[in-house]
Formats: sequence, C-alpha cells, structure tokens
Amino acid sequence: MTQSEIDTIIEEYERKESAILAILQRIQSKEHYLPKEDLEYVSQKLNIPLSSIFRIATFYNALSLKPRGRHKIDVCLGTACHVRGGEKILEKLERELKISVGETTKDKRFSLDSVRCLGCCSLGPVAVIDGQVYGRLTQEKIPSLLKEFK
Amino acid sequence: MKIRTKMDLERMKEKGLEILYPKGIKLSVGMATCGISTGAQKVYETIQNEVEKSKLPILVNQTGCIGFCQREPVVDILEPGKPRVFYQEVTPEKAVRLVHEWMENRVVTDWLFFKMEDEEWVVENRCWGYRIEHQPQGLDGISLYHQVPFYRKQLKIALRNCGLINPDHMEEYIARGGYFPLYKALHEMKPEEIIEEVKRSGLRGRGGAGFPTGQKWESCRKAKGNIKYVLCNADEGDPGAYMDRSVLEGDPHSVIEGMIIGAYAIGAHEGFIYVRDEYPLAIQKLQTALRQAEEFGLLGDDILGSGFSFKINLFRGGGAFVCGESTALMASIEGKVGEPRAKHIHTTESGLWDRPSNLNNVETWNNIPVIISRGSEWYSKIGTEKSKGTKVFSIVGKVNNTGLIEVPMGITLREIVYEIGGGIPEGKRFKAVQTGGPSGGCIPESLLDLPVDFDR
Repeated sequence: MTQSEIDTIIEEYERKESAILAILQRIQSKEHYLPKEDLEYVSQKLNIPLSSIFRIATFYNALSLKPRGRHKIDVCLGTACHVRGGEKILEKLERELKISVGETTKDKRFSLDSVRCLGCCSLGPVAVIDGQVYGRLTQEKIPSLLKEFK
Repeated sequence: MKIRTKMDLERMKEKGLEILYPKGIKLSVGMATCGISTGAQKVYETIQNEVEKSKLPILVNQTGCIGFCQREPVVDILEPGKPRVFYQEVTPEKAVRLVHEWMENRVVTDWLFFKMEDEEWVVENRCWGYRIEHQPQGLDGISLYHQVPFYRKQLKIALRNCGLINPDHMEEYIARGGYFPLYKALHEMKPEEIIEEVKRSGLRGRGGAGFPTGQKWESCRKAKGNIKYVLCNADEGDPGAYMDRSVLEGDPHSVIEGMIIGAYAIGAHEGFIYVRDEYPLAIQKLQTALRQAEEFGLLGDDILGSGFSFKINLFRGGGAFVCGESTALMASIEGKVGEPRAKHIHTTESGLWDRPSNLNNVETWNNIPVIISRGSEWYSKIGTEKSKGTKVFSIVGKVNNTGLIEVPMGITLREIVYEIGGGIPEGKRFKAVQTGGPSGGCIPESLLDLPVDFDR
C-alpha cells in the first residue's frame, strides 16, 4: 500500500491509537497480508512501537504477516461441522490445491485456512470463500467450486 | 427527517405498515447467512429477473431467518386476503414455477412448508390478522405455523421480528412496535425506574453466566465517574452457537434500541458493539441500521426530543476467540492485544479505558424493549422461579430438525430434542446432548428430563 493510502486510512480513524486493529484490517483486506514496510510506516505515524504492532498482528487470526492468495478459503472445523465431516472437506481441498492448511498456492490463487464456527451449523459442513458461505459441502462438490475462482 | 414526537413515530409506523403488508403481492426471500449459504442469493436474483421480464405485479423483498435453517432457502408469499404461504428448500427453478402458478391463482403445494394466518406482535401484545377472504385450493390441509412440531412449543420474544421484517427497513421494525418502548423509557420513566423494572423482570445475562441484568446496570449507574460506557458483546464464538448472528442479521434495531434504553438508565453517552470478524453480514446489517438510527435522530443528540444524547460505535473483531471475554473485549477495543485481565475490580466500576462500563450480550439487549413495553410482571411470568423469560438455542448435529429455536426457560431437554428437534435421524438411539458450547457439558439420556435454566 502506498504511504498516502495509509495516511488516508489513518485520517479516517482520526489518528486514534485505539483504531490500530481496524487500520491493520484495512491493509490486510487490500494487500491480503501485512507488508513489513506498511507496518513500519503505521508505527511511525501513530507513534506506536513496532513491537506492539507485531504483537497485535500475530495475535488476531484475521491478520497475516505472510503474503496470502487472491482467494481466501476458510473451512469450518467447529463442533457441528466436525460432526458432519468438515475434516474431509479440508482434506479434499488440501489434495486439490496441493497445499496444507495455513499455506498459499504458488500461483497465489488460493490460501487455505480453518476457522472455528461460522454460525451456519445447520448447513454443515461449510466453508467460506472470499466472504461467501457455501453450505452442505461434499468432497465431490469441491473441484467445480474451485473452478469458479480464477 | 428526525423523529422527535410520538406523532412522528406513529407516522413512521404507518409507512412501515404499508411496506410490511402492501396492497399487492409481496414475496420475501430469507437472506440471512444460512439462507445465502444454500443459494438464497440466486433464488432472489432469479425471481427479480422473472418479475421484471414477465412484468409481474410482485414486490420482491429480503428478510432474515425464520429459524428452521435446515430448510433454507425459505421463500414466503403474502397476498392480501390469503394466508401467507412459506416454501422450503427453494431453488431458482422452483421459484420461477412458484411465481407463475401463483399469478394464475394456483398454489404449488410441493415444497409448501406451512401457512400463517396471523402474526404475533409481542412488543404491543397484539395479534395482526391477515383478514383471510378465501383459502386457495390446496391450502386446506396445510399446517399452520403454530402447528408445525418445530414451532409448536416455541415462544418468540428475542426472535420476534426475524424472518418477518426486512432488516434494512427501520420503518418495518417500528411498524411492529419498535422504538415505542424507547419513547416510553425516555419520556415517561426515570433511569432508576427502568433499572427497577429490569430488576423485577428477573432478566439474567444471556451470554451464559446468567448475572442479573438489572443489578449489573444499577452498580454501573452508581459507580463513580462522569463518563460511562455501554457495550454489546456480539463476539459469539462458541462453536455451534449462532443465536446472536441471527438476531443481528434479521433484527439489528432491536439490539440498538435495547442499548439506548440501557445507556439512558445507566447514564452513558457512548456505546460500542463488538462484532466478531466471522460475521460479515451481521456487520453490514448493523452498519445500515446504525446509519438509519442516526439519520432519524434515534442516535445522536437530543434523542426523540428528550435531551438525552447517545452514540454507538461499531467495532469489528480480529478473529480471536478469547475476545468474547469481557475484559479481553475491552482491551481489544482500546487497541491492545485482546487478553483478559484478573477481575479484582468489576468492569461496571473500571472497564473500558478504566471507566465504568456495562457489557451485555446481543440477546440480553434485544429483550429490553419488550420488557419496557410489556412490563416486568408479564415477563417474570415466563420461565422458572429463578430463570425468567425465554432463551434462544441453536439445535444442531445429529438431530432431525436443525435450526434456531426460542423456548421458555424450564422446558426439558427431552422436549427440545424429541418434539422440536424431531428426534434422532434414522430412529437411532440417543447417546448424549452437548449443551452450552465448549464450556458446557455432555448430558446423557438419564438426565433428559432436566429443565433447561441457568441453575440446574
């Protein structure tokens, strides 16, 4: 992200230190991760030690220090989805994408993660791709579902 | 336009009634996360295109979740003079057929779920009838809403509007009695009277701990300090539980109204709603609702002409389970790492930024307007001796009917699993039911007749 883009975001939150999580989330959603230079810039602008920012960046699951793919897949492994075979969905995705959970494909097309409960337990197993929830998944549905994302 | 007087509210209500029960045909698609994840978006778009293409006189509308998530996408059709008809597991193809046959005065009965002939308006204690003129063919033998086993034992207070109003239309919330309790609280009650009323109602925190809400409010009101906060915990993280998501997506104004009443009673002028990152649709619905409330003067300065000022900030969590704990949640809002601290001092005395802070969860706040409107005496008649009112549960796993239910406290687990839940699939034997998320326990068959409340 350019410095002026970061400036705009910081101004939007009235330079409040307490808005640090929201500011990092905005960078994350644009860059799909938190580039080191961006964190350094935020640290300097808000006068928050870089170590504190790293602490926040590594604490919250929604933030990542590693570059992520263009499409983010979150497979639910909450209790209800677990009972209904969430693990099998995750396994199939790992095989199809040739990556393990927590990793990103080489072409940066997909990142694969697991989450605990998305609140659609009646429709488990579920996964979220780019914010869109897909319910009643089966292993057979996975290949065609992935094709929808370039 | 700002709403300042009761007349203004009445006018909004009229407007709301016009869109809730229009003169023509209205078709609504359940578009909460559960609906969308089974394809409600496509159903909605298909119906919209069809209506446009064939120039059909149908108003296509969106609503929240009616509770029976397993049967989503749910579509309902409301036409004056006829019962309201609910369809289940609708696909785009089914939807097209449904609409065309309806226009030719035929009712498709294949995916019929149930019919409704009236609605309960719980805030006003009123039954709104649809003034049925004739029963279309095929509808005679269809169950009414209250006859469906899944709904028969339910009593909806918290979920009063979910699946029946468009969450993006504040007028519809007002039409069903919303924001009138706020008017009553601000103009006819003193803060102490409100706290007394909440105490007498017996309402206890719906987040799980069951702390008496009125008592919490009182200690926050009495705490020293000029600046106080009210907070709403919408960091619903327990796997398998999604009661709050449904309320926020289907009826966000109920939570906002509860918070304004609470803020007035406690003496707070700023509030926060902490929503977990995994609930993007809930965040979106809340953003819209907050904007409307500000626009119409229900938030901001001089609310409803009472001189009371209050604003609400929306805070999006970062995907950390622990932030559902009160002190961790407050640390997170302060911009720190969301780690809990030891609670030697109650947060009602020293919470957010070391100021007196009152935190309640979504369902607790959402109960408040009904208590103010109907009174503590009515509310305290529901439930058991020490656990008053109703509780929303999500019922999921290896059970026939899965979804969201609201039942009076004191109902037995057996009734929940076998009557509402329809028992175990394929007639298999009952092993255990896990209640209360990861911190709850597994309950065996021998204890199935246990009443569900806070203490047993």
